[in-house]
Amino acid sequence: MSDEQAVLQGSTTREGFAVLGHAIRREPGIFVLSTIGSVLFAVLTVADAWVLGWATDYVVIPAFRDGEIGAGLLWAVLGLFVGVAILRAVGIVARRLGAGIMQFRMQAHTRRAVTRQYLTLPMEWHQRHPTGQLLSNAYSDVEAAWGPIAPLPMALGTVVMMVIAVVQMLLADLVLAIVGLVVFPAVVVANLAYQRLASPLMTHAQGLRAEVSEIAHESFDGAMVVKTLGRESEETARFRAKAHALRDVNIRAGSIRAAFDPTLASLPNVGVLVVLAVGVSRVMSGATDAGDVVTVAYLLTIVSFPIRAIGWLLGEFPRSVVGFRRTQSVLAATGSMTYGDERMRDASQGARLEVDDLHYAYDPDNPLLRGVSFDVEPGRTLAVVGQTASGKSTLTSLMTRLVDPDAGRIRIDGNDLRDLARGALAGSVALVPQTAFLFDDTVRGNVTLGDDIPDDEVWAALRAAQADGFVAALGSGLDTQLGERGTSLSGGQRQRLSLARALVRHPRLLILDDATSAVDPEVEARILATLRENEKDSTLVVVAYRKATIGLADEVIHLADGRIADRGTHAELLERSPAYARLVNAYEQAAHEEHP
Amino acid sequence: MSTVTTAATDAGDLAGSGTRMDSGEGIGAMETLRRGVAISPELREGIGVTLLLAVVASCGQVVVPIAVQQTLDRGLNGAGGPRLGFVVWLGLAAAVAIAVTSVASYLMTKRLFTTSERGLATLRVKAFRHVHDLPLLTQNTERRGALVSRVTSDVDQVSQFLVFGGLIFVVSVGQMLVATIIMVIYSWELALVVWLSFAPLFLSIRYFQRKLSQAYTVVRHQVGVLLGAISEPVVGAATVRSYAVEDRTQGRIDSAIDEFKAASTRAQKFTVVSFSLGGISAGVANAGVLIAGVLLGFTTDMTAGRVLAFAFLVTLFVGPVQMGTQILTDAQNAIVSWRRVIGILETPADLTDPGPAAEQLPRGPIDVTLEDVSFAYPDGPDVLREVSMHIDAGTRVAIVGETGSGKSTFAKLLTRLMDPRSGAVLLDGIDVRSIAPHSLRTSVVLVPQEGFLFDDSIAANVRYGKLDASSQDILASADELGLRDWLDGLPHGIDTMVGQRGESLSAGERQLVALLRAHLADPDLLVLDEATSAVDPHLEMRIGRALERLMQSRTSVTIAHRLSTAENADEVVVVDRGRVVQRGPHAELVTQTGSVYAGLHASWEAQHHS
Repeated sequence: MSDEQAVLQGSTTREGFAVLGHAIRREPGIFVLSTIGSVLFAVLTVADAWVLGWATDYVVIPAFRDGEIGAGLLWAVLGLFVGVAILRAVGIVARRLGAGIMQFRMQAHTRRAVTRQYLTLPMEWHQRHPTGQLLSNAYSDVEAAWGPIAPLPMALGTVVMMVIAVVQMLLADLVLAIVGLVVFPAVVVANLAYQRLASPLMTHAQGLRAEVSEIAHESFDGAMVVKTLGRESEETARFRAKAHALRDVNIRAGSIRAAFDPTLASLPNVGVLVVLAVGVSRVMSGATDAGDVVTVAYLLTIVSFPIRAIGWLLGEFPRSVVGFRRTQSVLAATGSMTYGDERMRDASQGARLEVDDLHYAYDPDNPLLRGVSFDVEPGRTLAVVGQTASGKSTLTSLMTRLVDPDAGRIRIDGNDLRDLARGALAGSVALVPQTAFLFDDTVRGNVTLGDDIPDDEVWAALRAAQADGFVAALGSGLDTQLGERGTSLSGGQRQRLSLARALVRHPRLLILDDATSAVDPEVEARILATLRENEKDSTLVVVAYRKATIGLADEVIHLADGRIADRGTHAELLERSPAYARLVNAYEQAAHEEHP
Repeated sequence: MSTVTTAATDAGDLAGSGTRMDSGEGIGAMETLRRGVAISPELREGIGVTLLLAVVASCGQVVVPIAVQQTLDRGLNGAGGPRLGFVVWLGLAAAVAIAVTSVASYLMTKRLFTTSERGLATLRVKAFRHVHDLPLLTQNTERRGALVSRVTSDVDQVSQFLVFGGLIFVVSVGQMLVATIIMVIYSWELALVVWLSFAPLFLSIRYFQRKLSQAYTVVRHQVGVLLGAISEPVVGAATVRSYAVEDRTQGRIDSAIDEFKAASTRAQKFTVVSFSLGGISAGVANAGVLIAGVLLGFTTDMTAGRVLAFAFLVTLFVGPVQMGTQILTDAQNAIVSWRRVIGILETPADLTDPGPAAEQLPRGPIDVTLEDVSFAYPDGPDVLREVSMHIDAGTRVAIVGETGSGKSTFAKLLTRLMDPRSGAVLLDGIDVRSIAPHSLRTSVVLVPQEGFLFDDSIAANVRYGKLDASSQDILASADELGLRDWLDGLPHGIDTMVGQRGESLSAGERQLVALLRAHLADPDLLVLDEATSAVDPHLEMRIGRALERLMQSRTSVTIAHRLSTAENADEVVVVDRGRVVQRGPHAELVTQTGSVYAGLHASWEAQHHS
């Protein structure tokens, strides 16, 4: 944070313009349109004064002098004023709508790019970044980054106005103009001082905004735990601390803004007063005439407004630069998985799985898998059994290439997973994880995931997963919206939909990671029976504790201490491995001890 | 007894009104302001002084035009020719005036920032708190992203308006009235012309306000949708990858991004058109004043000088009108956001707080009574039907039944995560609805199947159950549950970080942490809803035995799929299609041939003794 601040202070203005440069290069058409609108507005603002002058000289004064006036002239007054006003309105519409559209388009571009990154960056990156922060990167940081687009055309249009005014001033009276223009360096200095003071606070505030969002997201995610343990007050205290920190920083930034705004507004005013004083003395000495003094003073007041508009633009810069950097840090993140171009063999039979000397560690001092090797022949079923936290789920993540191993390799049909083309693996392999994730979509959408699968196949998969009953009972069957993450369903129902999602694809390798833990035994038995029936050709890897599930397997590997402790049929392992027997026989033993 | 009846009626109403959160859509703009200020009383603090400062600050805008005019009339073109002394003194006076108005502007803005930020922090915190007080069902049906946006970006929108809008609007209206009075004094006929020119604008304001309000309501709604869509590839990263549905997910996000863009553009169109109307009205007013002035000159004593002077007065009127329309336009965005935040607070909290009449649960094992309890989810059939039962203090009860039989609903009613549609749940003879929330949450703890963990250490997560627990207490609890080996095997013991939602741990380990957390909380009634479903059988049995030992001093209700739990319970309650169909010890129920329990047990046996 402190490094970021140090860099920020020096070059916020330059970097702010650079950020705008990105936007202008990306959306040149709409930018030009809105700038033209702004220039039109600026020119017509000047024209307004001209029309008033014309009407005074050619209509009002003659009318009162002569006691009569042609109706045509009166219509001309109406036409001119209204015409200028309408053109000016067109300018405003072009300027503001153009700026708005440009801003919304840039937001959309950045949001697409950032969310694409979320989809390409590896799991390991996701595990390091809190959900709330990533939401904030894709929402409020994007909004902050493109904030200055709104005042940009206005500021540019007024620059045109300012240039015209300055030229007129110089032509009217060089000395007075120079006196008046001393205001400009003062404005620049005031701006620099503001940026320097405000930037660190803006950076801090944007960071706090993300933290507030992180806490809210996590806390609402865990709402049930908060409720069951009655920790509402403690959670509120945690949120309040950050919300108040944000409040305090905003108040401090606000005080600086409060000082900056009137300073910027009064600098040209002071300039006008000095011009008047100097002007009068020059008139007295005969160096200039009264008209020129008035012209210079008037032009300087005209210029004071553009200076404010430019101030608004510059005032947005600190927040914009911080937001832009935060989105860039996502876009610059590397470590996305590399893919080869191998395709899977399109075979109707099961896949051959070879796992060779696999090593994996979340924590280098404490490796989880230390040389795991095994093969599964096509169409065979392997059960992976091991204690809680023995690395079974990690093994399933490796087999579906959610993560890559530290050492060793996994081959499917002889292809190293890392050589497969993107998406190739998913066509053949399906994982049903322990904790089901459902999309905010219909039942159908959650099963097909957008693939063109006929409803009867969807129903068949639901039936196989024993989910057809409760889906049929839902209000709109397959079209029922499930809500975010399917929270309206029970854990067992979510697991079964997630299973149906895998089954409907008839994967050649199906991996079940304790995928029926929340389902009751009777339903589970039916699922297993159908599985045995329907997926005869598929290769199956099941992580399981229950004997009925293990009973499906041709072979069992017992995972312990990061290695395969033993491997064989269930009966063989039961006989020769006391550790294995203790693990899987626990229920019977307990029952035996209780009811001897 | 009367409190109970009232609470029951409230709960009934709630179930009938659905589970959605209040969007506040029915509230008008003034009403929103009124309620908003009532929620954040800070906003009213020192408003008089701030308003005074705003009036002084806005005078700053006329200081220089007056100085220029005075210099022209009396300094340069005065009777005695140019007078430098007069101009210098005038300049100094104007400089002082600018300094005074600048200071007033500084103080006003600073005060506005302070009161707004303080008021909004209060609003944010109150809304956050209220989200936790909402019914479980409402929490579950709302998108997380939408809830988060209500306490984050919506509040930020209001902040912009309060600082740069609210008071300036009041001052603008004031300036407009003053300008009108001056205009009427000059010439009531021309003042009428000006007001008639602006009449279409004033009349159309209501229309545009309504359109803008609708447009911004859509925008703010889309923000929630957008955040929800963005959260999918973040929260569901593993699923998206393992099914290679990146393109489809991106497609869904893209359409949320596009809809947000379209909604924003639409709102911007109304904003721009409504704003540009002011400029056209000003053109009409200028032309109208000149033409009417000329025509009046023929019939009245109107002079060219007065007409021209009046033309300048019009600019004094137009300025604040433009400013006011601009603020009103921007205000709609803020009002819609404010409404959404207020909407959270206006959604009734489910658990009607019994208030000062609340009763405390005595400590010690709790006895549980259900009297004719029925429950249905909104628009759904009855999940539980007229269930009555009694559980003695200190007993261990297992609830079994098929998926969807109503077991989990049972757990949620016992712990008052939901209230029954009819009937009552009594703990130690007291209706749960009249027990003080703190007392209830201390004595009754539910461990759900998917125990949510916070992104912190194991110790911090366990301490969530008992805030003042020391590391020794945590380790002692782990010893009691037989989880010490597991804790010691972790890379940093109880200081191991669990990651987002606990995802650095396995599902089984997450359940262990949740269990440890509940055990440390030391409740008198412990409700376990499939709390060890992802733990390996050996460890599960060890925990089961440990819990049995510890259950002596508390009542326990366990919802279980694994009938091994039921075998060891004092009593088994079998639920089938929302009714209790069997109850009694395992040994007794299993012999009732043809019963639901015998069926469940047979399939369990088939799985584990094959």
